[in-house]
Amino acid sequence: MSSHAAVRAAIGDNAPYDVMRVRQDFPILSRTVHDKPGRAGKPLVYLDSAASAQKPRQVIDAMKRFLEEDYANVHRGVHFLSQRSTDLYEATRDKAAAFLNAPSREHIVFTRNATEAFNLVAQSWGRANLKAGDAVLISGMEHHANIVPWQLLRDQIGIALKVVPVLDDGSLDMDAYADLLTDDVKLVAITHASNVLGTINPAKEIARLAHARGKTVLFDGSQAAVHGPVDVRAIDADFYIFTGHKLYGPTGIGVLYGRKEILDRMPPYQGGGDMISSVSFEETVYREAPYRFEAGTPPIIEGVGLGAAIDYVTALGMDAIHAHEQRLLAHAMDRLKDVDGLRVLGTAPAKAAIISFTVEGIHPHDIGTLLDRAGVAVRVGRHCAEPLMDRFGVGATARASFGLYNTEAEVETLVEAVKATKSFFG
Amino acid sequence: MFDDLRDLYQEVILDHGRNPRNFGRPDSFNRTAKGDNPMCGDKIAVYLTLAPDGSIQDAHFDGRGCAISQASASLMTEILKGKSQAEAEALFGHFHDMCTKDDHEHTDHGPVDEEAFEKLQVLSGVREFPMRVKCATLAWHAMNAALHGEEKTSTE
Ligand SMILES: Cc1ncc(COP(=O)(O)O)c(C=O)c1O
Repeated sequence: MSSHAAVRAAIGDNAPYDVMRVRQDFPILSRTVHDKPGRAGKPLVYLDSAASAQKPRQVIDAMKRFLEEDYANVHRGVHFLSQRSTDLYEATRDKAAAFLNAPSREHIVFTRNATEAFNLVAQSWGRANLKAGDAVLISGMEHHANIVPWQLLRDQIGIALKVVPVLDDGSLDMDAYADLLTDDVKLVAITHASNVLGTINPAKEIARLAHARGKTVLFDGSQAAVHGPVDVRAIDADFYIFTGHKLYGPTGIGVLYGRKEILDRMPPYQGGGDMISSVSFEETVYREAPYRFEAGTPPIIEGVGLGAAIDYVTALGMDAIHAHEQRLLAHAMDRLKDVDGLRVLGTAPAKAAIISFTVEGIHPHDIGTLLDRAGVAVRVGRHCAEPLMDRFGVGATARASFGLYNTEAEVETLVEAVKATKSFFG
Repeated sequence: MFDDLRDLYQEVILDHGRNPRNFGRPDSFNRTAKGDNPMCGDKIAVYLTLAPDGSIQDAHFDGRGCAISQASASLMTEILKGKSQAEAEALFGHFHDMCTKDDHEHTDHGPVDEEAFEKLQVLSGVREFPMRVKCATLAWHAMNAALHGEEKTSTE
């Protein structure tokens, strides 16, 4: 933990933090891009955290220290390092549980990323609980990770996929949602926050309506979990998914929260070592949840890194991060209003600091190339949400997404660069 | 701010990007193919009218894309008119090399119309932008698919 983070942990996490000091925790943020011999490049303005966030030194160091001092395989050795390694890896399960306010570590399944978590639920829970004619209800703003696994299952066992429409401002059509909760729907699988529109969906209300009709509820927290506090018990989620690399942690590890009674009744997802209690050629007895779902040597180093990332954001305070990003969002939305021909997709009242936009007459791909030259990293394209692009009648957008380390000065750089892009093509 | 982007976005490209030539689905054509770049969401269609001897009488395109892909498609349709199939393929081969390889790595794609190829040099800047090569070659891939594809008659 940085001294700054330690102080914050001591004084409580609602106070705003000093973003310039926080930036010093992220080594990559001090680099320049497009340097040429004899000419310094542009300072990096990293506005692509929704694709993947940068890592603080605390995460980098924790992984390095672990490799240098404590590394061994987990769950299978009696020796000193194996025990150390297991303790550190399992400590992240506790941290992830606390981060989501889950009752205990038994609710936390580690996966490779969010995508694998969806596939796990589809193939394990889905095959055990759904049959031909049943439906899964998703929304029009889902990432492909929460679409394609259900389509695979549809083609395997004949379920149907239903879609809650998105309103013009990018909010979920809650009236349509209530009407779509028909008897055939067994699972509601909806994103807690959209990676394109930024819309934060009313998770508690979604779960309340679904549970009143006896349905199981899954939330994609890949974006929501990094922009503000999440409480799976307050929301009353049955499943909740997030991915480590967007939470300032390493790639290669994701988290699936599941209600214990549900996890306990789910069959294994993959077979192999670590997920069994006994194996003979005739019969194999599987371990209890969550270990039953973690076949083979897990992402141990990444697990330790994720633990450090959770410590880091917790010390800053998810409330403080949320407040900081909301200030940036308000500022950016306000400044972008002045740019002629700029259209923001997603203006719902509850919105995470993600701004997808188009500029009249300039293709997003060209915008991306020009902004990049100004040092501004944004994502352009369909953002793995092609149906949503179609819904808004755009082939692609440019997307600026903000993280805990972005500043108002960076918002200014973005706005100036967009204006300069316009005059370049003007 | 964007000085070193002038190599990529030369005036000719900006012009063709803004006012693409031969844009729109023509009333008659006998070959067509679509090109799709899932990375950036670009979709274009190329429409060719082949003469009985197989040469390209007319070429059009439509669809949306970035300035690079629109300009490349526009230039392509201008250049292809009157070319034989072999000449079109040679141009594609040379153009593809120009976008993706250093000069000494270029391979022989047969005799090429030097004047036509000269016009395509404005797109050589993409070689420094690997992420943009697909934009420049999208229309050419579609053209190639149209040449080798099934004959399609216009519905109009
Ligand atoms: C909303 C949402 N869901 C799911 C994912 C998939 O995450 P991952 O690629 O880490 O599995 C992403 C990120 O790409 C996302 O933004």
